Amino acid sequence: MSRLFNLLIVLAIGAAVIASFSYLAIDLGALSSADSLRQMASYVQRFLQPDVSQAHLSAIAHGALETLAMSALGTLLAAVLGLLLALPAAGRFGGPLQGVARLLLNALRAIPELVWAALMVLAAGLGPNAGTLALTLHTAGVLGRLFAEALENTPTAPAEAIRLQGGSQLLAFCYGTLPNLWPQLLAYSLYRWENNIRMASVLGFVGAGGLGQMLYVNLSLFQEAQASSVILAMLLLVLAVDSPSSWSRQRWVRA
Amino acid sequence: MLSRVTRDPAALPRLLLTLLVLALLWPGLEHSELDVGVLLNADNQRDMGRFLAAFWPLAHSTDFLVLLFEATVQTLAIATAGMALALLAIPASLLASRALSLSAASRAGRPKPLANLLRWPVRGLLIVLRSVPEIVWALLFVRAVGLGPTAGVLAIAITYSGMLGKVYAEIYESVDQRPAHALMQAGSGRLAAFVYGILPNAAAELTSYTVYRWECAIRASVVMGFVGAGGLGQQIDLSMRMFAGNEVASMLLTFLILVLLADQLSRLLRGRLA
Amino acid sequence: MSLNLRAVSLRHANAVEALRAIDLQIDSGEQVAIIGPSGAGKSSLLNLLATALTPSSGELQVLGAHPWQLANRQRQRLRTRIGLIHQAPPLPPRQRVVTAVLAGKLGQWGLAKSLLNWLHPLDIPGARRELARLDLADKLFAQCQQLSGGQLQRVGIARVLYQAPELLLADEPVSAMDPVLADHTLAVLCQHAQAQRITLVASLHAVELALAHFPRIIGLRDGQVLFDRRAQDVDQAQLDALYANEHLHAPATSAVSLSVQTARC
Repeated sequence: MSRLFNLLIVLAIGAAVIASFSYLAIDLGALSSADSLRQMASYVQRFLQPDVSQAHLSAIAHGALETLAMSALGTLLAAVLGLLLALPAAGRFGGPLQGVARLLLNALRAIPELVWAALMVLAAGLGPNAGTLALTLHTAGVLGRLFAEALENTPTAPAEAIRLQGGSQLLAFCYGTLPNLWPQLLAYSLYRWENNIRMASVLGFVGAGGLGQMLYVNLSLFQEAQASSVILAMLLLVLAVDSPSSWSRQRWVRA
Repeated sequence: MLSRVTRDPAALPRLLLTLLVLALLWPGLEHSELDVGVLLNADNQRDMGRFLAAFWPLAHSTDFLVLLFEATVQTLAIATAGMALALLAIPASLLASRALSLSAASRAGRPKPLANLLRWPVRGLLIVLRSVPEIVWALLFVRAVGLGPTAGVLAIAITYSGMLGKVYAEIYESVDQRPAHALMQAGSGRLAAFVYGILPNAAAELTSYTVYRWECAIRASVVMGFVGAGGLGQQIDLSMRMFAGNEVASMLLTFLILVLLADQLSRLLRGRLA
Repeated sequence: MSLNLRAVSLRHANAVEALRAIDLQIDSGEQVAIIGPSGAGKSSLLNLLATALTPSSGELQVLGAHPWQLANRQRQRLRTRIGLIHQAPPLPPRQRVVTAVLAGKLGQWGLAKSLLNWLHPLDIPGARRELARLDLADKLFAQCQQLSGGQLQRVGIARVLYQAPELLLADEPVSAMDPVLADHTLAVLCQHAQAQRITLVASLHAVELALAHFPRIIGLRDGQVLFDRRAQDVDQAQLDALYANEHLHAPATSAVSLSVQTARC
């Protein structure tokens, strides 16, 4: 029975793949024909001489800084907003608010950064501000959910002890809950920041600033040489973020 | 003595750390041009209000629903076709993995340094493929093969083959190496050693990861639509440009349902196959 | 009158009756030890007095107030005058000892001072003074997770000493300490209570320590007061009745040498 079911699944997957190719009418043969390959090759060739002029490099540096700034501030704001939403979402203020907060977090998280960016460009105009806000909104949803889970799993006894000697809710949270919680919050935020650097570099495609906007403009103007150096810069940025973060994860998170 | 009594040894490091973070973030404020106030600007609020007010009622004319359905199917097709092409990474993963090293089989699991060096070009290629974000590939392919789903399929194929190649190679290395080593020491070829020694143990994890990636591909194909790579994303982008709030709302809802269903299906498949 | 209980009962959520119709009066300035076998309701009684638990029935009066008839804000103000030493102090593992001790005054400080103290300890000499009384001053800047069980208990005691409450409750405050240290710590608690003229109620596992340090002993068994008398009037027969069926463990506790006892406070 189970074997038959598995066989059916495999057949269904195969059928889905074939149906997909035929629906999209992708002619792999034509794509790999000599003519189209030659066109591709000449297109690629235009990328092979990246523009390394001083002016362009300084523009790239500016774009990279913008990308980093967007990701850092977006993540910071998101961590604050996420914590504010995580408190009700972890049930600190009763059932009805918990439902509302969870729904809000899910909605923030479900819509991708790029869609938020497109919306924010409409709302706040072109430029890195829109990108920062978009990252904030999506990341607040992601971090809020993680924070809420962390909050629910934190022992409550220290906070209750503070309440019992007359401290307020806020102080009980600061002195009783946060000391246990903050390493986890920090780890989640840094992890998301790493992710957001990658994201921030492409949000510019919808006009939200950073390296992405440069790349989009360059490609629209058929400046392949300039585009190529922007792509290289993106690659370097991603690799530069990747290696220390994976190193620090191995070093600090021995889980 | 007095200073020892009253001074907190952690105070100075904390202060310096705070100052460092502030010094790093301060220029960031300028670069990111952060200004939440612009959202509260009366003009912007009126525009946004009109846009959001148009969200309800959702667009549901027959023409639009047909368009929506086609865009959704296209998104699914892009993700599936892209994943199918990305499976071409399997040979690369075999080349990149240490699990099939002949020299390792006779050297207690550690390959010869020279043989290891030969793996690096393949690994480097995989790194480049996956380090350039998929949407950049999509943008490049839109310029190369024109607007439409083909660019999306190729972009997913390229990025995901980079990811699959790396993760597959790691999965091969994570399972018990002894069966494969025994086979290779007994004189069998690498491919046979892989099929009989590694695949049986790794199959469940490989399928599970592939299904998970397919789920990600659906999300990615929607996002890639924003640069013109077809599917739901392209339609959302068009509707947004036309300030058609009700269409945007319908399509976002469809997207959310699609992601939810893909999540459920992927969980079901992983539970079944793993 | 510091504490006044009239027919107080406590039923836990799982319907276990922890305390049954307890009548108890403790004057301010008194020092009382509660002894009894495990599960007798010692912890429940102390938590009740600390207003951590609500009595199921009966009348509870703490420091002249009915805590459960007060508004929230007033009850919080009452709580700043009550200090409870937990058997295993619930301190965040990553919190530093100095912060944990200074947290004792959170109920009395204003919000701004409390938040500032959170970022940077404001009264380091104060925290060091309380820790020094318990021979723990060298751990002032250590993290709580680096301490042993007995050291943590002393941090918990230092916090309550720093709080300087009018009613000091202690739930097995020395259970994780060696005999000499336990004796010293109880002496510190009693001296503090006497010097500040505050009420001290402590539950203890070790009968000898209770008899040695406290003038008044309350024997608790099955949620009821079995006896309540001056320490010198407690005789072996009463202890036998209190710990009936518990004599399997008796040798271990009576092994504590009486020679470590210091003068009764």
